[in-house]
Amino acid sequence: MSGTAEIIVTPAVPQRALWRALRRPGARIGLVIAALFLLLTMAAPWIAPYDPYDQDLSNALSPPSGDHLFGADQYGRDVLSRVIYGTRTALIAIIVADGLALAVGGALGLVAGFAGGRVDTAVMRLVDVLLAFPYLLLALIIVAALGPSLTNSILAIGIIYTPQYARLMRGQVLAVQDADFVWAARSVGARPLRVMLRHVLPNSLSPVLVMATLQAGSVVVETAGLSFLGLGAQPPSPDWGALLADGHSYFLTAWWIATFPGLAIFLVVVGFNLVGDALRDQLDPRRRTQ
Amino acid sequence: MARYIAQRLLQLFIVLVGVSMVVFVAMHLLPGDVAQLLLGDHATAQGLVRLRAQLGLDQPVWVQYLRFLADALRGNFGVSLQTNHAALDDVLVAFPVTLQLTLASLVIASLVGVPLGVLTAVWNGTRFDTVMMTLTLFGVSMPIFWFGLMLLILFAAVLGWVPTGGLMPIGMEPPRVTGMSVVDSILAGDPGMIWQAIHYLVLPAFTLATVPLALITRITRAEVMAAALFDHVRTARAKGLTDRRVILRHVLRNAAIPIVTVIGLQLGLLLSGAVLTETIFSLPGVGRLMVDSILSRDYPVVQAGALFIAALFVLVNLVVDLSYAFLDPRIARP
Repeated sequence: MSGTAEIIVTPAVPQRALWRALRRPGARIGLVIAALFLLLTMAAPWIAPYDPYDQDLSNALSPPSGDHLFGADQYGRDVLSRVIYGTRTALIAIIVADGLALAVGGALGLVAGFAGGRVDTAVMRLVDVLLAFPYLLLALIIVAALGPSLTNSILAIGIIYTPQYARLMRGQVLAVQDADFVWAARSVGARPLRVMLRHVLPNSLSPVLVMATLQAGSVVVETAGLSFLGLGAQPPSPDWGALLADGHSYFLTAWWIATFPGLAIFLVVVGFNLVGDALRDQLDPRRRTQ
Repeated sequence: MARYIAQRLLQLFIVLVGVSMVVFVAMHLLPGDVAQLLLGDHATAQGLVRLRAQLGLDQPVWVQYLRFLADALRGNFGVSLQTNHAALDDVLVAFPVTLQLTLASLVIASLVGVPLGVLTAVWNGTRFDTVMMTLTLFGVSMPIFWFGLMLLILFAAVLGWVPTGGLMPIGMEPPRVTGMSVVDSILAGDPGMIWQAIHYLVLPAFTLATVPLALITRITRAEVMAAALFDHVRTARAKGLTDRRVILRHVLRNAAIPIVTVIGLQLGLLLSGAVLTETIFSLPGVGRLMVDSILSRDYPVVQAGALFIAALFVLVNLVVDLSYAFLDPRIARP
């Protein structure tokens, strides 16, 4: 999914324009989904009908009913409650992995673009090498080195997204640092660090933040994917990918175990994609007219 | 052009060295004491020292890396801790399964995606276009391991049209020539076998094709719409050519280069998706092999698989880039 994010180099767009983009119908649906997702992470204990860990073997593999709207899994645990609690793992994955990639990748790109020369070459070579791996393979290698666990899988996802942010940020910095206002700042004697942090950084940030929105959904998918493979969240934690793995084991008899957590992942991805697309269109002058 | 190729080859070399370093660091430095890992909890101090010396773990890091590199170039990654085969052999046995799956998906995605993209471009703004664009948005957002599972539940568990997984029916295996079940069945010349091989391949291939199909449709649509604005297209229309002829002869030809590139660049996506698809459909490919090896801490196989796939990926990307430069000479100009 990393292939969908395009590199856009644009001059700074007023913040107001970005807010306007969010009023479009597609973006509104996306915002509603994202808000609902956030609400579920916080209100999970009050909304979930059961404890996500509570086993009830008399109800094992029982199909959706009034008691268990999404059915029950092989230990009789309520699938709806586990899906609701799964929002928490997903949110943690977004905050940590996407945040890590944004912070580290952004910083690398900023320094590389601003410093130029050898620093730039060194950073971009590293980026090239990391991008030379099919992304899931790199995640597999990292998890293999650190050992399978939720923390390590989230870390791995963060690392595989880092080079994309570095590349985007660098491109922005290169475009912005020749702008008149940057030269004006230099000419009145502002020190390089100040120019970088006060003038170049704020004006390079919008596309990177848009990318972070677009990647949020992908982060959820990749983390769930690693858990599905058994390399991320371990049982019995209510993680969407792990739930799907349970569903895979029982797909012949219990369709509901896999169906609902997957639907949840899908909705979150669509939500973030809709918001991200609207923001990106607003940033890209070629698309703005459409 | 020669200069461009030379440049790209130099770049390739640097990237490959970098890739080997990443794999080396991940497989040799991060996991901790490999000797302890191999001998287990009951290892004696003496045994550990001996094994470390044997594996070269008592040498400086850069010596270890050079040794690793020399071994890797000779295809020597050690012996699988699970099967006792040479690690690279296990990878090479599994690879054709992944290759066949990947190629089949790419064919499906291109054969469906390109015409769909042309149609949505020609009929852009119509209800058909809106529906298709919504579907492609869904396609891009779909976690394929979930979509594959849903297809499996519907077509295998409920309808019973296709098998629930695997490569071939048990007891029916073509003599191994290429390792790809469909190709080997064709070589064996047994129609029943060919039918079974395809029958087993259809669902996994469609699953893996979902995301590339959506992307190819979107790119084709965008490129065809952009190419339709060129002057020579207007001229063609003014000459009174039929729509079909204008699209096929004048528009599509100009849109072809970016489309071909995008198709070529799907490989990373496909190789990544193959890991998940192979798990869902119990296919003995490289992806599944890697995951199983990680779970059983079979480091030689993980290392062989990682380097093999990464090197392959880098090479294919180079070929795609070069063919792009070949199709559009402006790329290679400095």
